[in-house]
Amino acid sequence: MKTSDVVLQLTEVVKVYKLGEQTITALNKVDLSVTKGEFAAIMGSSGAGKSTMLQIASLLDNPTSGHILLHNQDVSTYSEKKLAKIRNQEIGFVFQQFNLLNRTSALENVALPLIYAGVGYKERQRRATKILEEVGLGDRLHNTPNQLSGGQQQRVAIARALINDPTLLFADEPTGNLDSKSGEEIMDILSGLHKQGRTIVMVTHEEDIASYAQRVIKMQDGKILSDRQQKPKKSK
Amino acid sequence: MNFVNALKVAWKAILTNKSRSILTMLGVIIGVGSVILLVSIGNGLQVYIEDTFEDLGSNAIYVYPTEVLGENGFGQQDERSFVAAKQFSTKNLQDLQRYRRQIKEVLPESVRGTTVRYRDTQKDITVTGTTQVYENVRNTKTIKGRFFSDSETRSGQRVAVLGYKIAQDLFGNSDPVGRTIRLKGVNFEVIGVAEEKGGGAFGGPPFDNYIFIPLEAFFRLFDSTDINSFTVQVRNKEEIPEVIDLLTEYLEETDNRDEKEYDVIDQREILDTINQVLGVLTVGLGGIAAISLLVGGIGIMNIMLVSVTERTREIGLRKAIGATPNQILLQFLIESSLLSLVGGAIGVGLASLASFLMVSLADFPSAITWQSILLAFGVSVSVGVIFGVAPARKASRLSPIEALRSE
Repeated sequence: MKTSDVVLQLTEVVKVYKLGEQTITALNKVDLSVTKGEFAAIMGSSGAGKSTMLQIASLLDNPTSGHILLHNQDVSTYSEKKLAKIRNQEIGFVFQQFNLLNRTSALENVALPLIYAGVGYKERQRRATKILEEVGLGDRLHNTPNQLSGGQQQRVAIARALINDPTLLFADEPTGNLDSKSGEEIMDILSGLHKQGRTIVMVTHEEDIASYAQRVIKMQDGKILSDRQQKPKKSK
Repeated sequence: MNFVNALKVAWKAILTNKSRSILTMLGVIIGVGSVILLVSIGNGLQVYIEDTFEDLGSNAIYVYPTEVLGENGFGQQDERSFVAAKQFSTKNLQDLQRYRRQIKEVLPESVRGTTVRYRDTQKDITVTGTTQVYENVRNTKTIKGRFFSDSETRSGQRVAVLGYKIAQDLFGNSDPVGRTIRLKGVNFEVIGVAEEKGGGAFGGPPFDNYIFIPLEAFFRLFDSTDINSFTVQVRNKEEIPEVIDLLTEYLEETDNRDEKEYDVIDQREILDTINQVLGVLTVGLGGIAAISLLVGGIGIMNIMLVSVTERTREIGLRKAIGATPNQILLQFLIESSLLSLVGGAIGVGLASLASFLMVSLADFPSAITWQSILLAFGVSVSVGVIFGVAPARKASRLSPIEALRSE
């Protein structure tokens, strides 16, 4: 494995929460490397620290200590403004609860990151339409989230995460709020993206969902317990 | 993201949440509107009362006996002495008329309430017994017929000039001149109708409901030679203090009155008193306005706080997909500015409309001032912006995941 293939590296990352008098160590000196083109699933029981690690790796949260290297650049010292730019350009995030803006059309939800990237109106419309067509929602462009099923909403959210062609795609329990059929559809999309060469890091607690990944990282009590490669399940 | 884009995002957010936007604006509308309106009413009241007093004639000094509590105390209200005061007489009138050098006219007035009858119509009215100088001193023109003459005054002819409203009430559209009315059962010939004076309620005595008859006729009608007041018109405004001294001397030395038994005031003094009262009133209205501004401000504060708090998740999401803290701040700054400005403009508009309606329909000279607009607008808009931006600023500093986690 060449060093240049590593897109994301976490070294000795610690995250401590204060809950009143109590302090909880969610991450305890975690090291992790993610290689280009990888599809990794992070597993573990609730409270194991998997979501915390994902949020810190995706720059949505700050570590208490430790370093995060993106393309060998230490971003843990970056200003909020610089981090915002990286979140916009390099990172896509798919949430369990979709987190779409209410009363706002699918097209506008997907185009939102482009506004912060400074892309003009026409170009935004063109790119958002194209990517929604790719996730199979070409006929739902102007529907608002409450007019869409859970699976469709998550596909809008995936389209939004991909709109700026990010280096890394993160997904936190992407099928957690969906029925199994919609969940399968979402996983088909994600493994399709993996085949196209996307780097994906996903948190799940379901073996079935993790089987789509080629690497499974198991966590317990804020530490990595095991890290192994596997043959990914074939998608349809 | 440039400013135009931020403006579009903010505008979009306002349109997306119509009911919340309208509620927010309502706070601003009420705050701004009520303050401007209250202040304009206060100003209008001042203008109105000053105008009414200008109408009463200038260069005038009023002399009237004051109510001294009689031995029977309060409540002596039989017909012969409805005020327990030492009234003036025709001798006083003749005496005052001798000061030709300083005094131009002396207007005596005797006033009684009684009933007037014309055919089947009967009304309770006020009768004023006076002389022909009333027309000039009180600046009262007749719109029909004429005022009574010097000789009619002297001989006590049973002639009457009707106030504008009483003429309407008794005769409707027909011409009252030449008709005969009965005052307290005695026939009087109507010889004129006075022009409309307005007044009543706020603006002094309701002259439109008065009937004017010659002083001598009044004395006979009510079997009394009391004169209730004099209006002394001076030749020269500058001589008012001098004439007041003259009148005081006359009343105390010649007429043997105690200083408690009469009052001498000039127009300036009355206006001063009224302006003093109005000053207090304006402060009072200002206080009410300040309270409504405060209440409006708290309303704006509330809505802004709630709307930003419930949007912390939205802020988190926007940050997660690449919005910088400043971009979040700019969005909320523009949003709350737009809401406050549009709400403020509607408030100014509504207050102007209400003020315009008062002027055109009720003939009340309500006047909107720039100071009140600036004050109301300034306070409401800054409250809106501060309380829209402060929580947004707090939210924009959270990490995206903290903001997203809030419920």
